[in-house]
Amino acid sequence: MDGAHDMGGVAWSDPVRPEPNEPVFHAEWERRAFAITVAMAMPGGWNIDMSRFAREDRPPSDYLSKSYYQIWLAGLERLALERGLVESDEIAAGKPLHPAKPVAKTLIPDGVAAMLHRGGPTERAARAPALFEVGERVRAKTIHPATHTRLPQYARGHSGIIERVLGCHVFPDSNASGAGENPQWLYTVSFEGRELWGEASDPNLRISIDAWEPYLERA
Amino acid sequence: MTHHEHNHHHDHDHSELSETELRVRALETILTEKGYIDPAALDLLIETYETKVGPRNGARVVARAWADPAFRARLVQDATPAIAELGYAGRQGEHIVALENTPRLHNMVVCTLCSCYPWPVLGLPPVWYKSAPYRSKAVKDPRGVLRDFGFELAPDVDIRVWDSTAEIRYLVLPLRPAGTEGWSEERLADLVTRDSMIGTGLPKQPHEVA
Repeated sequence: MDGAHDMGGVAWSDPVRPEPNEPVFHAEWERRAFAITVAMAMPGGWNIDMSRFAREDRPPSDYLSKSYYQIWLAGLERLALERGLVESDEIAAGKPLHPAKPVAKTLIPDGVAAMLHRGGPTERAARAPALFEVGERVRAKTIHPATHTRLPQYARGHSGIIERVLGCHVFPDSNASGAGENPQWLYTVSFEGRELWGEASDPNLRISIDAWEPYLERA
Repeated sequence: MTHHEHNHHHDHDHSELSETELRVRALETILTEKGYIDPAALDLLIETYETKVGPRNGARVVARAWADPAFRARLVQDATPAIAELGYAGRQGEHIVALENTPRLHNMVVCTLCSCYPWPVLGLPPVWYKSAPYRSKAVKDPRGVLRDFGFELAPDVDIRVWDSTAEIRYLVLPLRPAGTEGWSEERLADLVTRDSMIGTGLPKQPHEVA
């Protein structure tokens, strides 16, 4: 989806502003929004790609007007509403008004360390040999799906070099819509700065993305 | 709103709670009362990332790589198991790649699409890493980003930007500062800044640490 989240190369006049001695969270509600989001994936049953899409699939004005954890909160509300775990009248009332839905599991304090340690590895057994090898020249396809993708717009249509073969990984474009993991070969593809940004670009710059095989074609 | 209600509102100063704060409270109440979340588990998650998991972990990894050539070789070959030797693993660090800076090559890491970041070694990302200026500029003008951070990269040093578009997480292995021969790993770790492991900064120099 061509959303405002896809920021690579967008002209942004503000400088990057590091904050000295920055705290991990800037408000109590950020702590809670972070933790609720992490904890709710278990009863909610959604995956990371569904979470990302729920955050990103919104009008640019909405995405850009929200702070980082406000976007997380909006994504969480959307996922919980879509699955009927919460209803909008409950959010308005600030209390439950309808019976809870049965959920398979919840995150208990004793399960936190194990859940974080387990994480969510995405590498899967390959079902077919990799189509590309290191050193090969490829082109990122020009695609503009209305659904979730992790191919940034600034790379589309440009040619680069396969630099690493990273194994076969869960394909977000499928996984985000509930169409299954559909694992695909994943590659690090690097581009010259001038290929992406033109002759005025730094000649000593290379940029890489990690791209699944369906994003690529031979150049 | 009647005059009376208006005064009542101000007497209790509800305006101090923003709409967002109220929404998060409402959501936590509803989800807790419905049995989907346990506030004690939330407290543990917060405590983990405020007190246990942060850039000190990554600093120990870098310090070991500086001090132990065999570890460095394992780290560069396959970072995830090498980092697990120090006990760091899991969420948002399931597949880690270490990037070696050299005198001719500077690496910088970004996630233009969201905020992907190697949690087990760096903790949660700072606000600037998730901000529009960094996400937009890092891939197009990384030397300009470095200037925002207060340093100028020599023009003959190649710059390489890694956009974390998949579930691979990147850790920059900065150059070891000169004048640190014979230092212990613990002392070396004091030189390793968070930004030097993202590629937006350099390690401290020996005279900067007591």
